[in-house]
Amino acid sequence: MQGVDWQFAIEILPKLLEALLVTIKATFIAFGIAAVLGLLLALARRSPSRWLSWPSSAIVEFFRSTPLLVQLYFLYYVLPKYGFKLPAFVVGMIGLGFYYASYTSEVYRAGIEALPRGQWEAARALNLSSLHTWRAIILPQAIPPMIPSLGNYLIGMFKETPMLAAITVVEVFQQAKIITSDTFRALEPYTWVGILFFLLSYPSSLLVQRLEVHFGSVK
Amino acid sequence: MVQLNKTPSDVQAPMVRFEKVNKYFGDLHVLRDLELDVAHGERVSIIGPSGSGKTTLLRILMTLEELNSGYIYVEGEPLWHMERDGELVKANEKHLRRMRSKIGMVFQLFNLFPHMSVLRNVTEAPIHVLGMSKEEAMERALELLDLVGLSDKVDSHPYQLSGGQKQRVAIARALAMEPKVMLFDEVTGALDPELVGEVLAVLRKIAYDTHCTMLVVTHEMGFARDISDRVLFFDSGRILESGPPEKIFTNPDNPRTNEFLRRVLEH
Repeated sequence: MQGVDWQFAIEILPKLLEALLVTIKATFIAFGIAAVLGLLLALARRSPSRWLSWPSSAIVEFFRSTPLLVQLYFLYYVLPKYGFKLPAFVVGMIGLGFYYASYTSEVYRAGIEALPRGQWEAARALNLSSLHTWRAIILPQAIPPMIPSLGNYLIGMFKETPMLAAITVVEVFQQAKIITSDTFRALEPYTWVGILFFLLSYPSSLLVQRLEVHFGSVK
Repeated sequence: MVQLNKTPSDVQAPMVRFEKVNKYFGDLHVLRDLELDVAHGERVSIIGPSGSGKTTLLRILMTLEELNSGYIYVEGEPLWHMERDGELVKANEKHLRRMRSKIGMVFQLFNLFPHMSVLRNVTEAPIHVLGMSKEEAMERALELLDLVGLSDKVDSHPYQLSGGQKQRVAIARALAMEPKVMLFDEVTGALDPELVGEVLAVLRKIAYDTHCTMLVVTHEMGFARDISDRVLFFDSGRILESGPPEKIFTNPDNPRTNEFLRRVLEH
């Protein structure tokens, strides 16, 4: 059995931290996409127009019902054959962003539906436009209770970023794989990856728990 | 054929007219060929057993609920329809918004915006719908909050208020839009008994001090008697009896009215 090579462990840390920044960056960018796109999908699904509600339902159901890994492979390895070639990082952001948008859209939907009907009716009786009703009446009330759920998806997404390794994005897990194949040492790099994920995930989930107490939660 | 009224502000036209209005919820026939004229400035109370369609009548007039057939006119202009090529077709949102501006409503459950201060509840629509300046809207709101006796609650949030106070804010909020017709849907129905009086007092003030047309669905018979020019007794989606309050409350023609009043006044 191989023992821990402490010096090696310390040597590889800067490289892993550098790649961790990519992981964090990917998480936040993809989450930004998921947060905005999820809201748009939720709004489109509620639209009285079938031209909006049907495609958005289809998108949500499709992304929720197929594995993320397959989606990433498809975007990265299949689409270029038809002329859509994008950098791996961009493909990763689109893949993760859409996949999680299909989940956040359900959070938005639940949050919006949780508002009493009277809020819509009061807005209508006051003759507010529908845009203003959404912006000033509905969303400001619906979004705070969603924050804990959205936070949980943010953490979930962070832990799924190693999937991006499958399409060659050099995030922290891919970096560990590279180090391992260069040095034939697996213990230190993968242990580091686990520790780094834990150090970021655990405090974040404690934070989300506190947000839940503060805002209450949907679902 | 429908007679189109080309002059919306025609003084001859009643403030509100229901013409053969029908409303169904599934199999339930909630309003049956309803005919009703309400004059400018008239104060009409609507009484009757629950489920008789009183609230639905108000909700259709506020455009919260669609009608299934018939016509409603506000100042001679169709509410749920608009004229196109000489025919009445279903109104679009633009038409509805223009018509809606004539009508205001106060709800049983207040429906205040909980994330806004009392002041902002009252100024939001005047600023964003009527296009009032902030200063003007605030000045108006302060007057109205004074009228309903809540000058000291301007910066409070709804959760800090009692039910009676919430309802008074809701009244100020509806009045701020300067509607020609005010609809009151069982506005004391959700209040603790000791809070009913303060809300009725405000409504009395509005009834006596303004020229607003009022349609009031209520279970407060004493109040209905005091403020109404006319009382309608509603049962099973029909107006069974209509008349001045003295008549309805003392000597109704219809035995059902009598029975209903006996039951309500007994408890």
